[in-house]
Amino acid sequence: MSLRFILGKLLRAFLTLLLAVTFVFIVLRMSGDPVSQMLPDDTPASVVAAYRQMWGLDRPLPEQYARYVAGILHGDFGFSFRDNRPALDVVLERVPLSLELGLTALALTIVLGIGGGILAALKRGTSVDHATMAFTIMGHSMPNFFLGILLILAFAMTWRILPSSGTGSWRHLVMPAVTLGTSYAATVARFTRSSLLEVLHQPFMRTARAKGVPFRRRILGHALPNAGIPIVTVVGLRLGALIGAAVVVEPVFAWPGVGQLLVSAVAFRDLAIVQTIVLLIAFTMVVVNFLVDLTYGWLDPRIGMVSGEAAA
Amino acid sequence: MTAAVLTKVGVGSAGALPVEPTIDPARAPAATPVLAIEGLTVGTGAVDLVIDVSFEVAAGETLCLVGESGCGKSLTCLAAMGLLAEPVRRKSGSVRLGATELTSLDDRRLRDIRGRDMAMIFQDPVASLNPVQRVGRQVAEALVVHEGIAMRSAMRRAVELLGRVGIARPNERANAYPHQLSGGMCQRVMIAMALACRPKVIVADEATTALDVTTQAQILALMKTLQDETGTAMIFVTHDLSVVAEIADRVAVMYSGRIVETGPVDALFDHPAHPYTRGLMDCRLHALSAAGGRLAAIGGTVPRPSARPVGCAFRPRCPRAEERCEMVPELKPFAGSQSAACHFPGSAR
Ligand SMILES: Nc1ncnc2c1ncn2[C@@H]1O[C@H](COP(=O)(O)OP(=O)(O)OP(=O)(O)O)[C@@H](O)[C@H]1O
Ligand code: SF4
Ligand SMILES: [Mg+2]
Repeated sequence: MSLRFILGKLLRAFLTLLLAVTFVFIVLRMSGDPVSQMLPDDTPASVVAAYRQMWGLDRPLPEQYARYVAGILHGDFGFSFRDNRPALDVVLERVPLSLELGLTALALTIVLGIGGGILAALKRGTSVDHATMAFTIMGHSMPNFFLGILLILAFAMTWRILPSSGTGSWRHLVMPAVTLGTSYAATVARFTRSSLLEVLHQPFMRTARAKGVPFRRRILGHALPNAGIPIVTVVGLRLGALIGAAVVVEPVFAWPGVGQLLVSAVAFRDLAIVQTIVLLIAFTMVVVNFLVDLTYGWLDPRIGMVSGEAAA
Repeated sequence: MTAAVLTKVGVGSAGALPVEPTIDPARAPAATPVLAIEGLTVGTGAVDLVIDVSFEVAAGETLCLVGESGCGKSLTCLAAMGLLAEPVRRKSGSVRLGATELTSLDDRRLRDIRGRDMAMIFQDPVASLNPVQRVGRQVAEALVVHEGIAMRSAMRRAVELLGRVGIARPNERANAYPHQLSGGMCQRVMIAMALACRPKVIVADEATTALDVTTQAQILALMKTLQDETGTAMIFVTHDLSVVAEIADRVAVMYSGRIVETGPVDALFDHPAHPYTRGLMDCRLHALSAAGGRLAAIGGTVPRPSARPVGCAFRPRCPRAEERCEMVPELKPFAGSQSAACHFPGSAR
C-alpha cells in the first residue's frame, strides 16, 4: 500500500465530513428560525432581535457558516435546551452503551455471519448449507423491531429468562444484540458463502490442489484471503445499516444509548442534540469507510499499488 | 523432416530459439514408462467424454496430446492427476505412476504425490496464480507442503528456482504479486512451482497457448532445457502443430474423446495414417501458407459428446468413410511405430 493511496483516502474522508457538516448546516437553516421556534409567540420583537444577535443569526450566511464550522472544530455542537448542557456532553454520555450494544452485535455478526457463510460454502448442497440459507432468508426479511418484540414475548414474557429492558448485566445485552445483529449476520453470511464459492472455482484453487496443498491450508491460505475483500466490503457497508437499526432497536428494549436519545430529542425538538448525533454518525461512517479502504489495500495488493511497476 | 517442416511453414519464432530441435527419430516408445494410462474412460452420468484412452511416457520423453477443442485433452490430464471435479469422474481405467496405481489411492496419499511426483502447468498462468499472494511464497509452498521445511528456507530455494527458470533478479521478483508480472513471467513462475520438488512427470495443459509467439518460443525452449537437465517425463497438450514439431518425441492425436492415432513425431508428420491426422496437417499448411493453395481442410465440426455418430466418430467429416466405418475402429499398429484407429489407415484418397 502506497502512502499516496492512504493520503488520498484521508483526503476523501475529510471532504466527506465537511460535506456532512455543510449538509447539517443547510438543513438547520432551512428548518426555520430557531429563535422564533424556541420563544413563545408573544415575545416582544426586541427580545427576539436580541437573541438573534446573541446567536449570530443576524450575520450574513457565509459568516454564519464559517462560525458554525469553526465552532464544530472547537467541539461546540450547540446547547441542549432540554438538559441545559452542551449537546456534545449529553451525547457522549450515551456513547459507551451504544458502543457496547453495537460491538456485541458486530461480534455476533462476524462469528455467525462469516462462520456460517464459510460452513455453508464448504458444505454446499448439504443440510448444513440449506439450514444456513433458510436462516439468512428469515433474518433478512424480518424487520428488526418485530424480531425484538418476538424475542421479548418469548424470553421475557413467556419463559421469563431474560430481562425485557434496561441495562446492567450481560443478560440485558442478549436480546438487543441478537435483534440488532440478526439481519446483519444474515447478509454477511450470504455474501461470505457466495464469494467463497466463487473463489473455490478459480483456477488458482486448482493450482493449489495440483501442488498437493492440504484442504485446510487451501481454504485458509488461498480461498479466504481472496474471498475476504467482498466480505470486508459488506461488513463495512452494512455497518451504516447497523447504526440506523440501533435507533429502532434501542427504544424497543429501553436501552439508554444514542439511538434512544435521538428518538427522544426529535420528539422534544432538541435540535442541538439531533445535529450532534447526526454528525457523530457521519463521523463514525467516515472512519469505518476509511478503515475498510485500508483493509482492502492490505488484503488485495492490486488495490493501492503504484501501477506499471515491474512489468516484464 | 521436422526441421524441414518448420522451415517450410515458417513456424513463428523457431529461428530465434537458442535450443535446436533435438528430436531423435530412433527413440523407441517408452522403455520403462514413468506414467502409464490404460483404458481410461471419463464422463458425466451417461455421457463419456474421454473413452478408453491409453498411453505411456518414459523419463525424459515428451508426449504431445493434440486435437481440436473439446476432444478431451484437459480431462485426460486432470484424470491423470486425480484432479477431476464433480460432475466429471473417472469411470474406468488405470493410472500408474511407476509401480503405484494412483486410482486406488485415497485423497490423502494422492495429495502427497501431487506436486511432488507429478506436477501440472495450466493454460492461463496469471489466473492460475493466487492474486493476493507473493509469487515466491507460492513456489515455496510446494516445498513447505512436501518436504516439511520452514517457509524461510523454502523461500530461499524458491528464489533459486525462479532464477533457474530464467527470471532476472529473482530476489526481487519473488516478492512480486502475479498482476505485476507478464503472462510469460507468470508461466515461468508456474514452471518453477512445478519443478520445485523434482517431479517425475510434468503435465502441461496448453502451457503456451495464452502467450504471444515470442514468449511461447522462450517458454518452450526453457521447458526443453529443463527437461534435458532433470530427465522429467512430460505430457504436453496443445492444438498447435508447430509446437508439436518443436517439442514432441511422440504424439497422440485425440478426436471426440478417443486417441485416433499415436506414434513418433516424425512418422506422424511424414506419413499420417488417420484421415483426421492428415486433415490436421493439411489445415496447418493451409492456414500458414501465404499462397493458400487448395489443400483439403477439414469441413464440419466435432460432434458433441452426447451426440456422437454410430461407429467412427470422424465419419461425418471423413473423406474416406465407407459403410464399414459404422463400426468403431480399434487402435491398431500401423507401419511399425504408429497406431491408428481407422479401418483404412494410411490410404489417402
Ligand atoms: N465439468 C464438465 N461437465 C460436463 N462436460 C464437461 C465438463 N468439462 C468438460 N466437459 C466436456 O468434455 C469435453 C472435453 O473437454 P476438455 O476440456 O477435456 O477438452 P479439451 O480437449 O481440453 O479442449 P480445449 O482445447 O478447448 O481445452 C468437452 O466436450 C467439454 O464440453
Ligand atoms: S474409420 Fe472410416 S470414417 Fe473413421 S477415419 Fe477411418 S476411414 Fe474415416
Ligand atoms: Mg483444454
